[in-house]
Amino acid sequence: MLFCMLCILLVPFAGAGLALINTGLGRSRSAAHLMTSSLCVISVAAVVYFVCGFGWQGFSGDPAHSLIVRGKAWSWIGAQPFFLRRLGIDGSPASLAALLGMLSVGLAALIPLGSGADRWRLGASCASTAIMAGSTYPIFAHWVWGGGWLAQLGSNYGLGQGFVDSGGSSAIQAVGGLTALSIAWIIGPRRGKYTHDGMPSAIPGHNCVLVLFGCLLALPGWSGLNSAGAILFTGVDPGRVALISINTALSAAAAGLAAAVLTHVRFGRPDASLCANGWVGGLVASSAGCAFVVPAEAVVIGGVAGALVIFSVELFELRLAVDDPGGSISSHAIGGLWGVLAVGLFARIPSRTLGAFEGSLQGPASSDTGQWLAQLVGLATLLGFVLPLTYGLNWLLNRIYPQRVAAEGERQGMDLYELGAGAYPEFLTHSEEFTQRET
Amino acid sequence: MKLLGFLLLVAGWAIALSAVVLLAPGTPRGVFAVAGLAVEVVGLVVVTRSHPLLRGHKD
Repeated sequence: MLFCMLCILLVPFAGAGLALINTGLGRSRSAAHLMTSSLCVISVAAVVYFVCGFGWQGFSGDPAHSLIVRGKAWSWIGAQPFFLRRLGIDGSPASLAALLGMLSVGLAALIPLGSGADRWRLGASCASTAIMAGSTYPIFAHWVWGGGWLAQLGSNYGLGQGFVDSGGSSAIQAVGGLTALSIAWIIGPRRGKYTHDGMPSAIPGHNCVLVLFGCLLALPGWSGLNSAGAILFTGVDPGRVALISINTALSAAAAGLAAAVLTHVRFGRPDASLCANGWVGGLVASSAGCAFVVPAEAVVIGGVAGALVIFSVELFELRLAVDDPGGSISSHAIGGLWGVLAVGLFARIPSRTLGAFEGSLQGPASSDTGQWLAQLVGLATLLGFVLPLTYGLNWLLNRIYPQRVAAEGERQGMDLYELGAGAYPEFLTHSEEFTQRET
Repeated sequence: MKLLGFLLLVAGWAIALSAVVLLAPGTPRGVFAVAGLAVEVVGLVVVTRSHPLLRGHKD
């Protein structure tokens, strides 16, 4: 378990990477605001998860509330006491799961900051995070990791080994990505992003170095996240961590390369921010099946994720008028959904156990045993339950406490308007900012 | 329109779940689950189209 603990301690690197990516892809006049928001939402997420999140998520084998549907028990929410009471914080798997959950929900909370950059109020992002950490995330995480009904699809209905997502493509990334989509819909695009006839204007990120450094920082974080999740939630042997890390790195590499080649072919030269989005998409897609695929399959999963992210960014920006400065929806929602589906197509999962996992990666993929259908049901749950729930809750929040900053705040920049000081007080990096602040 | 889109999303999920619970293993179960997902995709399109392009944020 010490080894698992070490893997968990790498997870904050993923959060740091995402925070840098979101900040670099936003405007310079909102940079300090975005980093402050990152710190605040991680804090809010950790506290709310401590209060009630883990109680509702639970851990496989712990008490839970169940419904009986045609003679089968459907575990739908954990029944652990709040405030981590009765949880032996002694290095047991349940206590490590609580620690991993606390860090993971912070990671999920960072994702919507990318889509709401430059216009999402600090207070609103904290309130929205509290909703996610107290409801959407723990409920879905219970279904996947807490012995919930999605995980039971194998034992109850013979669908492979039930829904499998060892590293959080769905429970962390897709939940965060779909919340990012809801936020982008609710608060609308940035002022000046679209012209009167609906044509999008390019608003490039202010610091590409931050973005690309964030990508590099995210890699060890994701390796830790995928390894710890696989050990705790799917019971794989810690010796398989090497394979998981290789698959994670290969998936990210293939996705980054696919993005570079595609943008080179389409635009004449590689696009740095899209390469970063592709890289993150590869990391996200790797999470679900990283312990159950061979490296060659990880390359395919990553390559497809990179291509999907590029097309998705274009689709959202050009056709659907969804302003997502950080590319969070494409990288995390689309990448996460693809990762979930890829398990059904490629993974070999001999048996679901809570102890040591002794499976082999030889032999045919488990798609012929109903695994693909279990993954499909998980995907349908994300779109049919998580998206309406997170949208509805954030819509309600918006009615009570408007989430978008006032027009003046957007003109001034979030740094000056909400924090009173800029991230780069001694530098005037863009002349257009000076012009806009004066008008 | 927005409400209709979200209802379609939930309905698609219900179809996929019902297929798993009510139908025996075999082809129809998979087909119905895929049909449920297709309904969700339609719902997603409706929700997306129901969000006006600029909503007063244009310059």
